[in-house]
Amino acid sequence: MTKIRCAIIGPGNIGTDLLYKLLRSDVLEPVWMVGVDPASAGLARARELGLKTTTDGVDGLVPHVLADGVKIAFDATSAYVHPENTRKLNEVGVLMIDLTPAAIGPLCVPPVNLGTLAQGSVGNVNMVTCAGQATIPMVNAVSSVQPVEYAEIIATVSSKSIGPGTRKNIDEFTRTTSAAVESVGGAQTGKAIVVINPAEPPLMMRDTVYCETVDEPDREAITASVRAMIAEVQKYVPGYRLKNGPTFEGRKVSMFLEVEGLGDFLPTYAGNLDIMTAAGARTAEMFAHKMLDGTFALTTPDTLTKAENA
Amino acid sequence: MMTLEDKVRGRKVKLHDMCLRDGMHSMRHQITLDQMIAVSTGLDAAGVPLIQVTHGDGLGGSSLNYGRGLHTDKEYITAVASRMKNAVVSVLHVPGIGTLDELRMAADCGAGCVHVASHCTEADVTEQHIGLGRKLGMDTVGFLMMAHMTDVETLVAQALLMEGYGATTVYCVDSAGYMLPADVTARISALRDVLQAETEIGFHGHHNLAMGVANSIAAIGAGADRIDGSAAGFGAGAGNTPLEVFAAVCERMGIITGVDTFALMDVAEDSVLPMMAKPPRADRDSLTLGYAGVYSTFLYAAKEAEAKYGLPARDLLVELGRLKMIGGQEDMIEDTALTMAKQRGLIAADV
Repeated sequence: MTKIRCAIIGPGNIGTDLLYKLLRSDVLEPVWMVGVDPASAGLARARELGLKTTTDGVDGLVPHVLADGVKIAFDATSAYVHPENTRKLNEVGVLMIDLTPAAIGPLCVPPVNLGTLAQGSVGNVNMVTCAGQATIPMVNAVSSVQPVEYAEIIATVSSKSIGPGTRKNIDEFTRTTSAAVESVGGAQTGKAIVVINPAEPPLMMRDTVYCETVDEPDREAITASVRAMIAEVQKYVPGYRLKNGPTFEGRKVSMFLEVEGLGDFLPTYAGNLDIMTAAGARTAEMFAHKMLDGTFALTTPDTLTKAENA
Repeated sequence: MMTLEDKVRGRKVKLHDMCLRDGMHSMRHQITLDQMIAVSTGLDAAGVPLIQVTHGDGLGGSSLNYGRGLHTDKEYITAVASRMKNAVVSVLHVPGIGTLDELRMAADCGAGCVHVASHCTEADVTEQHIGLGRKLGMDTVGFLMMAHMTDVETLVAQALLMEGYGATTVYCVDSAGYMLPADVTARISALRDVLQAETEIGFHGHHNLAMGVANSIAAIGAGADRIDGSAAGFGAGAGNTPLEVFAAVCERMGIITGVDTFALMDVAEDSVLPMMAKPPRADRDSLTLGYAGVYSTFLYAAKEAEAKYGLPARDLLVELGRLKMIGGQEDMIEDTALTMAKQRGLIAADV
């Protein structure tokens, strides 16, 4: 079966974990790993796995995009360089899956809105945050039954699984997540709280979701909806589990989740990172299917046409 | 060899009252504006230089997880700050709970000091917030919580990070009321050895093992410049270091606080005590916090779980300690209670 060829930008923990997931895919074929540091262990590993690599950043990839048939790129670098990366790659017709908190494209939580997003010809989709990927499906499971006035999520991640970039910009992390609880989760008002726990051995990612429904919650319908959504997420994150709940107190619905990673490259406790790479891979697969059956094509921008004419 | 008495005599120390912030926990964040005003103006008149006013979990703490405040932080801070003659109003700010916008709001409403708090090993989440505090011209403090959970070397390294981000004071915070005087001495001395001379050092104690006063004196002996306490000990767990008791001890030991001890006693007795449903006391649950090293604020949700599921709060607190839960993880109290209640057959297994 023909596969859609991909590039990964950023050979760090996220990029490498993603690489292992893409190597298993039926519809995606990773062909390029893009970095900036010649000494990067991630680039060396990618080379061993048969990928082409560059240390010139996205500029080192762009000249090869057409010849190597790269159609999808994943950005696992930082919110600061992402806008330039996406501009350069969109120009040569590459769809960008954004794993940084830049959030310049529409926010995507696969079981909630990927189907809708893949209908359009969007050039960039953003994977929100790990806290968003872990909790927004639950908010949506409740809000799809009845209106949710307020949703609050508490994400606890192990200290070892949170890198310096997120720590330095923790405010963006909480704000992006709470905004997505509203815009993707469907809550009228959202709030996100993040806790970093340093326990050794590291604790598995835990997420708590509270929803306050406008009217008395329909316990049966919400319980069924939540369980169905858990099964949806488990399709790409098998270790996504409801530990307790949903419980009901007045209008408050509570759900207590645990996210165990697959352990492709990252340790299993880092379910927060696994759910990001798994969601990114799943999103790319959906677009790849559409590309293969001819129902999705990124509009070729003028710049590309001009470049070809020159 | 210098005795502790020799070391502390003549030292100048700033007292920082916590009863309108840490006390919020024991009131489940329901303190009225009138109560806030009565207590804060009393503390101001008694010469307490710093008064903290925020939701118990800091700016943005009003939530389902930590309990909703009766009023917003904005309403509380404005009501108090506009009435202070000398005291500076401070706020607690925990990155991951509160956002930079909320810190700007607090400064706009008249807060002049901020405690930017993180768990004792996670100081690198405070850079943006300490930076903003300084930029806003606030007295900016790095507040290392649950400091008993890490070793002295790590605590010092984390304090240096906060100092590097711009904090002009760094605290060792005994959130669980677990430390004994020797633990405090070791930590404060190590901080004093390494931080710059102009960086102030603070200690925030809880009274779960009734060591709040003794620990705070030990902190001063080791070089601390600021001590947190609460009038009438009003605060989480078995309460904070009772500030009027501490002021009296300071007077006896020749430590200079600038506070009118009798006036402070009156605030504690006449304004703070009547607010409390129950005065804080090292009952078996609060004592368990100190004994097992558990975040003091967990007390209330653990007692609620006991009422709901018939699961002893003490058993739950010990389990939370074993699971190494830290400040902010209040959601895990309900989760752990559900799991334990199922295991013990107190509730159905499919909840």
